[in-house]
Amino acid sequence: MKIVNKGVRKKDALALVTGKPVYTDDIAPNCLTVKLLRSPHAHAIIEEINTDKAKKVPGIECVLTYEDVPKTRFTTAGQTYPEFSPYDRAILDKHIRCVGDPVAIVAGWDEKSVDKAIGLLKVKYNVLEPILDFRKAKDNKIIVHPEEDFKALVDVGTDKDRNICASEVFEFGNVEEELKKCSQIIDETYHTKANHQTAMETFRTYTYMDTYGRLNILSSTQVPFHVRRILANALDIPKSKLRVIKPRIGGGFGSKQSSVSEMFPAVVTWITGKPAKIVFSRKESLTNGSPRHESEIRIRLGADDEGIIKAIHMDTLWNAGAYGDHGPTTVGLAGHKAMTIYNSAAAYKFNYDVLYTNTMGGGAYRGYGATQGFFALESAINELAARLNMDPTELRMKNMLTQSQVGNKLPTYYNEELKSCTLDKCLLRAKEMIGWDEKYPCRDMGNDKVRSVGVAVCMQGSGISNVDVGAVEIRLNDDGFYTLMIGATDMGTGCDTILSQIAAECLECELDNIAVNGVDTDTSPYDTGSYASSTTYITGMAVVKACETLKNKILDEGARLLGLNSDDVEFNGKEVFSLKENKSISLKDIGNNSLVGFNNYLTASASNYSPTSPPPFMAGIVEVELDKLTGKVDIIDYAAVVDCGTPINPNLARVQTEGGIVQGIGMTLFEDILYDENGRMMNDSFMQYKIPSRIDAGNIRVEFESSYEPTGPFGAKSIGEVVINTPAPAIANAIYNATELNFRELPITAEKIALKMLERNNI
Amino acid sequence: MQIKLWINNKEFNDDIAPDMLLLDLIRSKGFLSVKRGCETSNCGLCTVMLDNKTVLSCSTLAVRANEKHVTTIEGLEKEALEFGGFLADEGAEQCGFCSPGFIMNVLAMKNELKNPSEEEIKKYLEGNLCRCTGYMGQLRAIKKYLSRVKEGSYENS
Ligand code: FES
Ligand code: FES
Repeated sequence: MKIVNKGVRKKDALALVTGKPVYTDDIAPNCLTVKLLRSPHAHAIIEEINTDKAKKVPGIECVLTYEDVPKTRFTTAGQTYPEFSPYDRAILDKHIRCVGDPVAIVAGWDEKSVDKAIGLLKVKYNVLEPILDFRKAKDNKIIVHPEEDFKALVDVGTDKDRNICASEVFEFGNVEEELKKCSQIIDETYHTKANHQTAMETFRTYTYMDTYGRLNILSSTQVPFHVRRILANALDIPKSKLRVIKPRIGGGFGSKQSSVSEMFPAVVTWITGKPAKIVFSRKESLTNGSPRHESEIRIRLGADDEGIIKAIHMDTLWNAGAYGDHGPTTVGLAGHKAMTIYNSAAAYKFNYDVLYTNTMGGGAYRGYGATQGFFALESAINELAARLNMDPTELRMKNMLTQSQVGNKLPTYYNEELKSCTLDKCLLRAKEMIGWDEKYPCRDMGNDKVRSVGVAVCMQGSGISNVDVGAVEIRLNDDGFYTLMIGATDMGTGCDTILSQIAAECLECELDNIAVNGVDTDTSPYDTGSYASSTTYITGMAVVKACETLKNKILDEGARLLGLNSDDVEFNGKEVFSLKENKSISLKDIGNNSLVGFNNYLTASASNYSPTSPPPFMAGIVEVELDKLTGKVDIIDYAAVVDCGTPINPNLARVQTEGGIVQGIGMTLFEDILYDENGRMMNDSFMQYKIPSRIDAGNIRVEFESSYEPTGPFGAKSIGEVVINTPAPAIANAIYNATELNFRELPITAEKIALKMLERNNI
Repeated sequence: MQIKLWINNKEFNDDIAPDMLLLDLIRSKGFLSVKRGCETSNCGLCTVMLDNKTVLSCSTLAVRANEKHVTTIEGLEKEALEFGGFLADEGAEQCGFCSPGFIMNVLAMKNELKNPSEEEIKKYLEGNLCRCTGYMGQLRAIKKYLSRVKEGSYENS
């Protein structure tokens, strides 16, 4: 392979490092500034809004309330239609369901007037008691979604009158029977909190009407085609009236798999005909973004005295928050991804309730529910190892998926067949890298400092099987360069480059010979979008297919121009030639000819889906230093070994891994969305909601133990999400190995550690 | 109020509101590399140089730049490319949204610290957040860049 599996530079790299104006807010010209008046109450009914004074402020173009906007319900979750997330939202609603819910949309020609107008709005609320604790939400007398026009498109067990957004029971074998036979049972409950993706570029959208009377949306989104549907639903207009464009975007991590900001300027432009823009403040992005769902998972894990796992039960509660975006789907991964790693048990049960409350609605965050599931299950596995007095890496080697299980069916993973796996090699290598055998469980460093190690393994998927679609088109142009048209959304992940690498490999050309662009729903082929770790695997395979077709067309056209049979010629990326006849024609000439007269213009398109979602795997081992007096945990070293099949671009795969681990470290040690008793987020700035700085990140070392996935392009599986799943259970394990205390709630702050150690020492 | 300043050596005379922030002034003049990532001086995305010292332009009043020279990455394209090449070779400019502010601070560090240790580098750049990369790739790029600087590969700026 010449270009695949090479760490080439991203095609947009030099524009980004020189600060070129390529993001939404850099492209938007002078236009209306759109801002929102947001509710201070978590639960209320708007009785009256007086907009008279606000409308009189000079420069104000419009003030919209629930009476002025379409009333249709929709979901802002970017998912394939029919969406699993219920249609439970309106652009503006009389019924306020969480603090920060939009009350009015104000648009004006300068920011100051808009701020002034917002200050002049008078709202009368009937304030209602909120339900903030998801453990109490089911069958509560407070109902978050009493509205009649609420709609669930797919049966996911929704019962809105009981605050149930989704509910399901999955069972394989008989868990109760198996547990009875087990001599060792771990029965513990794990609690993870909501946390934010905090892409550095906050949510933002620019909208305008074009020459043809269509509404154009330029937005920082991961899902342009879904945004088209979401806005058609929200505005109650035909999809043909909409065009969505994705420029460079400043990070997503799932947050922009929901349509968070688009509807506000869109409705302003649709009503006024004028261009409009919204840029969420950091505070708004924190108080009303699309964070990871809070979860509470009770694990019952049964094993024999040798540590052979017999049964796993995951009893799961999920906090949807005020709206059901991604609630019914994220939860599924908690069980189906986590349990699958331990594939040899006799019985599994996974039941869940996803519940509506009056906290911020959740969304998609890298890992998409699997992260919560792995924290719970991997922690329980570590607790089992401790109970058995067994090295937790040994316990895993006895139970987890390994190379030798390739070919096996995975009963908890939709009965898919495992086609590639090197998880055992990943774990062994990670142990070597960290020096596990010398360092496990801990070493006293003096000065009240302990150094300890902790371990976890995990997997994810590669796209959503039988659902995700990636289509591409590739064209041969004059002089023989290619245009690769994709609908997959590069959000910094580098997919524009990765897909171009795949094309260049197939067409045996230089990377520079492939031109690629952002997404425009008018001109790009359909793609579900960049989420669910799908792009490299799903769209990458579409590129392979399209290039095959184009190559054949080039052969045919070259042969025709040479007056030969297609069977008698070959193509080497530069020319079509026949050794026998000693004739050749260059790609450049074929390209130039293709634009003239009766010759053929050469293009090829392909669309791809996958009946399977092959899991990438990872082993993560962390070394921490824990201060026994203060409880402070420093990350010393993180050894990460990943099986993502063939890494198409090892540099980008490495940085994905490092980035995911650091996000996981933040989630484990300090990131936490905190509410006061009225449901207001208390830590709503970067001053208080801390994400890891480069001091917090520690040293991270990444290696690959590549398997070869037969269904993926050049053997590739996904990388984007699997990388966030090990830090929480591995760090919790390291903390246990330093303190012999189990922390089953995230984040594990220094304060919690110090208090628990004090408590123990006092007994 | 009236102010006069230079952005990347270009003179601007303007009548501005007293509470205008330097960040908004710079962007309004078309220097769009400068980004805002927060409202609380925590992210470093808005870093520019004011008379050769880095400042957070989101929390600097525009009037502070009166009679002063502001430099953004648009004014340091050559240096940005020199360092940026190392970043690109690591794949460590992911979304790139944090890059301009980060690179401004790296260039300032290069001029300020001689042979910084890894700890000193981290400390110097602590205020520059990046959510994509996990910082390791940035560190690899910085180390490679600084060793080239030490070899005298680039003229001083
Ligand atoms: S914008 Fe965040 S520090 Fe200036
Ligand atoms: S590269 Fe995206 S925030 Fe740094």
